Amino acid sequence: MDIVIIGGGLAGYQTAKEIRRTDRHVRLLLISSDSADFYSKPMLSNALASKKTPESLVIKKAHEMAAELDIEILPHSPVEAIFPEKKEISLGNRSIGYSKLVLALGADPIRLPVEGEVLSVNDLSDYARFREALAGKKRVALLGAGLVGCEFANDLLAGGFDVDVFDIASQPLGRLVPAECGEWIRANLKGVNWHFGANAMRFENGMLHLSDGNALPFDVVLSAAGLKPRTGLAMNAGMACGRGIMVDRFLETSSRDVYAIGDCMEIEGLVQPFVMPIMHASKALASNLLGNRVALRFPAMPVVVKTPLSPTVVSPPRPGSKGAWHAEAEEGGVKSVFLDEGGKILGFCLCGKYVSEKNSLSRALPDLL
Amino acid sequence: MRKWQCVVCGFTYDEAIGMPEDGIPAGTHWEDIPESWNCPDCGVAKMDFEMAEI
Repeated sequence: MDIVIIGGGLAGYQTAKEIRRTDRHVRLLLISSDSADFYSKPMLSNALASKKTPESLVIKKAHEMAAELDIEILPHSPVEAIFPEKKEISLGNRSIGYSKLVLALGADPIRLPVEGEVLSVNDLSDYARFREALAGKKRVALLGAGLVGCEFANDLLAGGFDVDVFDIASQPLGRLVPAECGEWIRANLKGVNWHFGANAMRFENGMLHLSDGNALPFDVVLSAAGLKPRTGLAMNAGMACGRGIMVDRFLETSSRDVYAIGDCMEIEGLVQPFVMPIMHASKALASNLLGNRVALRFPAMPVVVKTPLSPTVVSPPRPGSKGAWHAEAEEGGVKSVFLDEGGKILGFCLCGKYVSEKNSLSRALPDLL
Repeated sequence: MRKWQCVVCGFTYDEAIGMPEDGIPAGTHWEDIPESWNCPDCGVAKMDFEMAEI
């Protein structure tokens, strides 16, 4: 096979699409551990209130994608090992050779050390299980007040559930936004019972036990504690991994002719598990796979938090940037900009009415990469 | 006037409102948005945009 893509998520399919834009003949194989039906992962955290079934979240079936993109797809086929020196991958009972290999493996949810039945929603089958668990239930505990936690909180509220959110941090979106914005989000996600500085220990007989000795009753506990890039396959094959599978500006890993993209990828210390980075990276990757070397460039890529009750868009400064947040607040919103010592804008967080300034402020931001 | 939703990120385009800050005036039909347009929230290009009418 000319090009083998492991992973049937957005990163894998978008890479195939970008390849097909310039080359209709190169042979392409996409391998997925699940059904390889195409759906949008970001929609999983705002599908409940609109009563979306797992089936209705599927945009296209695998066989439709195969026909549309003129590629071969192997669904339900977990890859067990990569042998870069032989340019082969093993599916257990068979081996497949490649000229170029793309790792679009995605990420796993971070598992909190909480005992008992704690759900997480990282793919379509998780969403189906979550939906079943919620049927006829009322009280939901969410572990994690980050991006996905807040999105689920908003969606569950809109769906008529009682929602309690637990986080060891002191505010929502603690790793992304400054305190003023966190406070605004907390106040505007009206109806959520927040528990900050709280540490859940175990969920037993319908009671969620906290480290301070308190216990509260819930029907369902959902964990949304962030993502961990899937690196195991690459690590076992000897590829350099940090938090993610490390690639150079041409998206190539430390193994020749093996590339990585999407939530499993780390580039110059950055792990960007969002849609927009995939859109940029897939263009550069397709070009490199087809022999036309293009270095990846990331512009600033603001992240829209899908919380209709507390509209927020954030473009965090690069980790380690020197400077400080400067906030202004008016009735109906908060705007905070991260400025360096020279007064140059490096990031922003816009809440409420200020989200309309996203485009104009984005243009002032430096490239991320 | 119709409303459209990006199936990848959920962004909603309301023809009645347009996107004036993006140079797309209120009342612009989806068909009349240039092919070079990208979803402002997730970057999906118009040609890849599986827009669902809502």
